[in-house]
Amino acid sequence: MSDTLLVEPSAVSPTKRIVGELLRSREIAVGTVLVLVIAFTTIKSPSFLFSDNGWRDLLLTPSLLLLLAVGQTAVIITRNVDLSVGSTLGLTAYFTGKLFVDHPGLPIIAVFVAGLLMGALLGLVNGVLVAFFRVPSLVITLGTLYIYRGIFLSWAGSSRINPSDLPHGFLDLGTKQILTIPVLTIIGLVALGLTGYYLYTARGGRELYAIGSDPDAAVLYGLPVTRRVIGAFVLCGALAGLAGVVYTARYGTVSSNAGYGMELQAVGAAVIGGVAIFGGSGTVWGAAIGAFLLVTINRALPVVGISDFWQRAVVGALIIAAVVLDRVLSARQERRLIAARDETREPSA
Amino acid sequence: MSTSVLSRPEGSTRSYPAYSRPLWRRVLFTREFAVIALLVAVIFYSNNNVPNFDGPLTFYYLFLDIAPILLIALPMTLVIITGEIDLSVASVVGLSSVLVAQLHVEAGLSIPVAGLIAILVGAVCGAFNGFLVAYVGLPSLAVTIGTLALYRGIAVGLLGTKAVTDFPEKWTDLAKERIVEGHAYPMILIPFVVLAIAFVLLLHFSPFGRGVFEIGLNDEAAHFTGVNVQRTKFLLFVLAGAVSAFAGIYYTLRFGSARGDNATGLELQVIAAVLLGGVSIFGGRGAIHGVIAGVILIGVISSAMRLESYTVNKINIVIGTLLVLSVISTSFLGWAKDLWSRRGRGSGPSSSEKNGQHRQAVAADESTNER
Amino acid sequence: MKFRNRRITALAAVSLVASLALTACGGSDSDGGSDGGSGGSASGDISVTFLPKNLGNPYFDISDAAGKKAVESYGGTYEQVGPDTGSADGQVPFINTAAQQGVSALVVSANDPEALCDALKEASDAGVKVVTFDSDTNPDCRDLYVQAATSEGIAKKQVDLIAEQIGDSGEVAILSAAANATNQNAWIDLMKKDIADNHPNIKLVDTVYGDDDDQTSFDKTAALLSAHPNLKGIISPTTVGIAAAARYLSTSDAKGKVALTGLGTPNQMREFVKDGTVTAFALWNPGDLGTLSAFAAKALVDGTIKGDEGDKFDAGDLGSFTVGKDSVVLLGDPFTYDKSNIDDFDF
Repeated sequence: MSDTLLVEPSAVSPTKRIVGELLRSREIAVGTVLVLVIAFTTIKSPSFLFSDNGWRDLLLTPSLLLLLAVGQTAVIITRNVDLSVGSTLGLTAYFTGKLFVDHPGLPIIAVFVAGLLMGALLGLVNGVLVAFFRVPSLVITLGTLYIYRGIFLSWAGSSRINPSDLPHGFLDLGTKQILTIPVLTIIGLVALGLTGYYLYTARGGRELYAIGSDPDAAVLYGLPVTRRVIGAFVLCGALAGLAGVVYTARYGTVSSNAGYGMELQAVGAAVIGGVAIFGGSGTVWGAAIGAFLLVTINRALPVVGISDFWQRAVVGALIIAAVVLDRVLSARQERRLIAARDETREPSA
Repeated sequence: MSTSVLSRPEGSTRSYPAYSRPLWRRVLFTREFAVIALLVAVIFYSNNNVPNFDGPLTFYYLFLDIAPILLIALPMTLVIITGEIDLSVASVVGLSSVLVAQLHVEAGLSIPVAGLIAILVGAVCGAFNGFLVAYVGLPSLAVTIGTLALYRGIAVGLLGTKAVTDFPEKWTDLAKERIVEGHAYPMILIPFVVLAIAFVLLLHFSPFGRGVFEIGLNDEAAHFTGVNVQRTKFLLFVLAGAVSAFAGIYYTLRFGSARGDNATGLELQVIAAVLLGGVSIFGGRGAIHGVIAGVILIGVISSAMRLESYTVNKINIVIGTLLVLSVISTSFLGWAKDLWSRRGRGSGPSSSEKNGQHRQAVAADESTNER
Repeated sequence: MKFRNRRITALAAVSLVASLALTACGGSDSDGGSDGGSGGSASGDISVTFLPKNLGNPYFDISDAAGKKAVESYGGTYEQVGPDTGSADGQVPFINTAAQQGVSALVVSANDPEALCDALKEASDAGVKVVTFDSDTNPDCRDLYVQAATSEGIAKKQVDLIAEQIGDSGEVAILSAAANATNQNAWIDLMKKDIADNHPNIKLVDTVYGDDDDQTSFDKTAALLSAHPNLKGIISPTTVGIAAAARYLSTSDAKGKVALTGLGTPNQMREFVKDGTVTAFALWNPGDLGTLSAFAAKALVDGTIKGDEGDKFDAGDLGSFTVGKDSVVLLGDPFTYDKSNIDDFDF
């Protein structure tokens, strides 16, 4: 069932192969849609892209979902899913604010590290439960979704984080730009780059794909499945934790519904970006572009004059279109591969 | 959900050791009865320790509150037993709520006619899910995340900022009326019991139901034993849509208010209750009575905790923990049992397991060849 | 045959367990009924439950904290419960619970004028006094409504503030709470009317809903600014909305160009008033609102008032209040906060 290479890639000329790969690339397809959306909206209202604010918000707003989608991709690739990311985000966002309230002099970098560790810890809980007990991640993370949010609400109680609780240097991060690119977006892009590099080249990263495309084969092959799956959840939790810190920096206030419902958006962004929900294929680049597309559409609709009430419907239609497109493409490829296999198998059969 | 073989806990596959125990033990010592026992224990405890829990209103409100979850849990059980999932049910509830309101207030239709149309639309929503999942072959998790947003978006888009509240009193009262005055059982339990019996017959006492289990255990194998896998899945999604729409009508009338955001997040509650009730998320295992007990258990715990003046966050922690424990316990028990039997019988089971796996792989191979 | 017999045994076993279970709860049901009843009447002191629109909302945290203080000052028991998001169906189970617990009074801020009605009526039938505060239900569903300020007064105040800040002409938009919020919608309607009647040069171009959620309100503000490049002012009649909008404006190049006003709390807005993002905004003291509601609840429970027009009751430090038409108690006029006075307040 997996896409083992039955046709020698070198049989096709390199240029042809690259062109073909580019044409088939999901990242490029979604990216094109994104560019079209931006272009169309900008024609309607030039300030969407060309004003300083427009440019900044275009890059800044998706940074949260970007982090969540990247982490989610690492988990989905292993044929699992993490529904607790929204609650993890909320919990760490509050934790971040609380740190500043309790220890006003804390350096900002320490808070980022603390948020990252907090998220990683929450992810570790998910990972251990899923990997050691061999129980479906959907159920476990649905449970921890409730638990983490409950802990967040009980802990926060009626106290909350206001901008005045936070140091100015931290709040300024929310809007600071380096070469017109917002700092928070840079954080997101760095996380994206590191994760993408790891998944694409490192042994551990490739093993995540192997586990996702056939968990049983991965076990039989001797891959450290338990460790890798836990690792994926820790990564996802850590990035959600980072997103929590980013949330606090960006919005300045943390109230009880921070991150509510973000989990489905994160899964949606990954799916739109071509990450197969049954694992084993997809890239973080695609998920990142998916996150940008989701957020940008949300922001573009009111500008184009579509009532914001219809936003969710458009997003839903987009997710379904993405899944259907995936199916059509993979069905075509499968047919081709089967044809190729039948040819090579003929003598032995 | 996944088709993995190794990680699936032992389901209701009939093997001789299971039949060596007497029937009463086989019926009582099950996950379903564990949930029922827990439910009885919680009710017993709450009756004695939670002030006002034994009051006359507790169970009346309890049933009113959990009725939508009870209703939707029935088709959801079947959907999950086939190894699929439907996340869009709560959005269908919202959509049907809005539709009833629009058709009744704007178009002037009577409530039954408006309700009937809403149920039809719900069935169409379910059919759309079912078509994409069963016939196009898409993963249900991805499809229904999409339709979750899509149907909710349509509902919110149709009604906008408004909340429709002018429903005839006759109907809003009916939604809250008791079957027998002075007892705790509201009217909504009548359609629920009828549906529950229908679903029990469908799942546990019909060839269709056997097919549902078989699909969950192995849909390739089910296909080869003559189960119409595609049609079965399609029909289940249609049922889920229609029943969710019915729950939406009840929801609207009970609160006397139709809003686009009605029942947001209900899908996770339904799934949590179904899984708590002993249905395996991998498919192939589960029973209606366990699910009903699971739904009521969550309702009773929330109700008791509210009476103890715990607020919603503590309730969420308890329900979440219960859900996690319930799945862990199954796999932990399965693991312990496995260890025990392996120690007793040497390497016997593991070799037969491999055998079965091999056979399955061959079957899968053949089916791809055929395509 | 044997199989059949076994099935019957199993059925018997099941029904035995089931009937045991049923009799267990049935038995204690009838026993406990009287217990609960006597328990309720035995406790003589007043128990008041506050049910805000949602938990974790700073506005309600202030008023509920003040309510707690007031309830404890007259020796009652205070309880705060609520849903995690501002929805009517989330509030109903808590109203039901209050009815079961037989609390003396329920102080609730309604997420929907109609949807809570039946539950509140049932609570009323169970002997619970129902006070709505901040956001009302239909008048026949509650005993008393504690209103912060008249809707006309609130609407006019905000329109006057924005008119003053933008020179009485130009495009303005509204950033509201949830699309169904009773009080916000009433104010928005009155503001629209006021603008049409008295401020012909002001054009209301858009109304968006931030759902009393920081993130949503923040993003909606950004969308408003890019959708309406000529926007001169934003009115946000909700504390969450105005804080989020101020935070967005303070970091954007629209700071100083787009005026912002509405209803906010001084602690949340202090920073933005000082840095010049916001010139002035309005609000009553939400703490006083909570205190007044708590005393109104007590007066109803004591039987001092029935909720009829002209009834008078004492509200501790706040002085004496009179019930008006439709059983409404009015706290006072909204107060305007600006640079000169904001440091005098801490809530």
